[in-house]
Amino acid sequence: MLPLFAMTAVAGALVGRAVWRSAGLSGRAGALIVAPAGLLGPLITMVPLESCTFEPERGLMDNAVGTVAFAGGAAVAIAAVAWIGRALSSPGGLGNLDSGGDSGTYRHRPLMPWLLLVPTLTILAVFLYWPLVETFRLSTHLVRRGAPREPFVCVDNYTALLGPSLEWWFVVPAAALLVAAVAAHVARRHARPGLDDTANRLARLRGALVVLTVVAATASVFGPGYRPVFVTTLILTSGTVLIGLAVGLGIALLVSQPIRGRSIYRTLLVWPYAISPPIAGILFFVIFDPLTGIAGHIWETLTPWEMPNYRTDATLARVVVIVASIWKTLGFTILFYIAGLQNVSTQMLEAAQMDGANAWQRFRHFILPSLTPITFFLIVTNVTYAFFQVFGTIAYLTGGGPSGATTDAMTSIIEVSTGNIGDGAAGSLVLFAMVLAVTAWQFRATGRRVHYGA
Amino acid sequence: MDITKAVTATEERVPRRRGRRRGGKWYLHVALSLICAVSCAPVVYAILVATQNNAQMINFDLTFGDSFLANLDTVWNDRDLGGFMVNSAIMAIIISVGKAATGLLAGLAFVYFRFPGRWIVFFFVLITLMMPTEISILALFEVTHDFGISGTMAGLTIPFLASATAAFLFRQHFANLPANLSEAAQLDGANPIQFLTRVLIPLSWNVLGALLVIEFLYGWNMYLWPLLTVNDRSDQVVQVGLASLQQSGQGQLYGPLMLGALIASIPPILVFLALQRPFMKGFAMARDK
Repeated sequence: MLPLFAMTAVAGALVGRAVWRSAGLSGRAGALIVAPAGLLGPLITMVPLESCTFEPERGLMDNAVGTVAFAGGAAVAIAAVAWIGRALSSPGGLGNLDSGGDSGTYRHRPLMPWLLLVPTLTILAVFLYWPLVETFRLSTHLVRRGAPREPFVCVDNYTALLGPSLEWWFVVPAAALLVAAVAAHVARRHARPGLDDTANRLARLRGALVVLTVVAATASVFGPGYRPVFVTTLILTSGTVLIGLAVGLGIALLVSQPIRGRSIYRTLLVWPYAISPPIAGILFFVIFDPLTGIAGHIWETLTPWEMPNYRTDATLARVVVIVASIWKTLGFTILFYIAGLQNVSTQMLEAAQMDGANAWQRFRHFILPSLTPITFFLIVTNVTYAFFQVFGTIAYLTGGGPSGATTDAMTSIIEVSTGNIGDGAAGSLVLFAMVLAVTAWQFRATGRRVHYGA
Repeated sequence: MDITKAVTATEERVPRRRGRRRGGKWYLHVALSLICAVSCAPVVYAILVATQNNAQMINFDLTFGDSFLANLDTVWNDRDLGGFMVNSAIMAIIISVGKAATGLLAGLAFVYFRFPGRWIVFFFVLITLMMPTEISILALFEVTHDFGISGTMAGLTIPFLASATAAFLFRQHFANLPANLSEAAQLDGANPIQFLTRVLIPLSWNVLGALLVIEFLYGWNMYLWPLLTVNDRSDQVVQVGLASLQQSGQGQLYGPLMLGALIASIPPILVFLALQRPFMKGFAMARDK
């Protein structure tokens, strides 16, 4: 384990140097401040695990999970120290925490702010931080409801999810990524400035391939038990978010046109936002009912084919869940895109029109870029919705079936917890990692902008 | 970008534009009417089914049936939807008002006080934005169980009485108010709580309205937590209670199920429609950075 500690300490030093330098500060100071975080960070996970993953009788899979946990602890500590440390040591770096200086503040009441913060801090500590720590503990134990003992099982609850295998759908994007990376490198070398944007296009392609490869790599690490759950979560989430955003933006563009009665249209479009995910599930449960549902009746009137039964057909079941979720979230998306479209400069659009830009060019080069912040906000809120709230829709609509086709991460967590709560806790932390990955991607893409969304 | 300014600017521009382009947009009206029809169709269909019995429904009659009162009897008297709705209402009101109250106090502390360790507290709250409750909901069950409140109204509401969203919504709003407000209040001898109730809250109705809508919907629509914790039927909330109207396999009565779903949606829709304007304004202001 000692070489691992040395590696994370060096990683911390390198990250600290890079971060401090990018802020225009001394790289050496950054390295000295962040290296200890890399050295001590792994203890966050290794102490509670009692380093059990590196005991001699443990298998290769346990060692691998242990290494990931080790690196995870180091990464959390390095990120925290680097972020907070840089914010403290660079002037004005703490966001706008102190904007406006001290004018207008209450000065001679040292106890008052703590009294005001006690309710918020107590509830966050007791009902959010503590359960998260407790989830880590549960995930390393065998916990059966009503059982008197909760034996420590090291990382068995995690290794139960795993079973890596090399699949074509991982190899193909990885190979394509390699080709694109090399091609982008070559193209940049030979790029004639201002003449072609092949290099830029290749870089964008490379970005998309990186996401694809990471997702495929993650999927190929999971074993036969959890992989379908992961894939289902991906399908339901990307379907809900991508189609929902595209349709929502299209409708928002229409309803933002200066026409009479647009506030009536807006209200008619937006109110399904108030309906709950379980009730969306109930509505579509009846609409798509295989015997009596109106959807099948309409489908069979309009087309020569028979509609499959969504309670036995895996593909249709997923489609119906996605349709129900899009229907429910569309109002929220439209609401925010309308607000964003009011923000697009009309002078700029009129100028573009005079210069001969057609409607598509105006949309592609002016409207879409100015909506980027709102798009990121909506992606994150809708992904969060798909991860956690679609559970209610699934519960009433399909119950996770047919044969697990709509059992997403959250549904599976609740399902496996009836046996061993530790399994559910391990699944929860895998989902937590997915949430953190989305958040990190958003941070990277939007700079340090934080959206205090719902 | 400054959304509020953009909104006011748009409002000023609208009359001129309308005058120039009134009429001649029939295709937009057709497209939007179609879209609205599709988006409202599930609920319109639900309203029709809610008045029908199974025989009428299976015939795909798109007219009002004659079983509305029978369905209502099943939903209201037989399955006691009213009792579930009362529990939901109490839960949603406690959560939304509680979150607004803790958020107001936290916002006041963050903006109008300078105290040692302020940035630690700030990060402590900020980081919870990345910690969804559902991640640790199994452990939260154990925690409330240890406190002996699991399954009670206290257990349903107390864990949700504070959030980073509420604290930062008000922090952001207060920070954008002019600093001389609190100077004037201090000269008048107002203590912080008087300053909050007499100056800040009257200036925050839009943000407060937005937060109350969001959190009321959050509370009313909460499903997983009551499903996991509430054992007693009489303590159950409507989102979980509706399951008593659903049957797997044969014997499903569609009319009562749709009627129950509709009745359970009336309170959140009314709250949303009544507070739609402050909701939009409050959110525009909160995002105005």
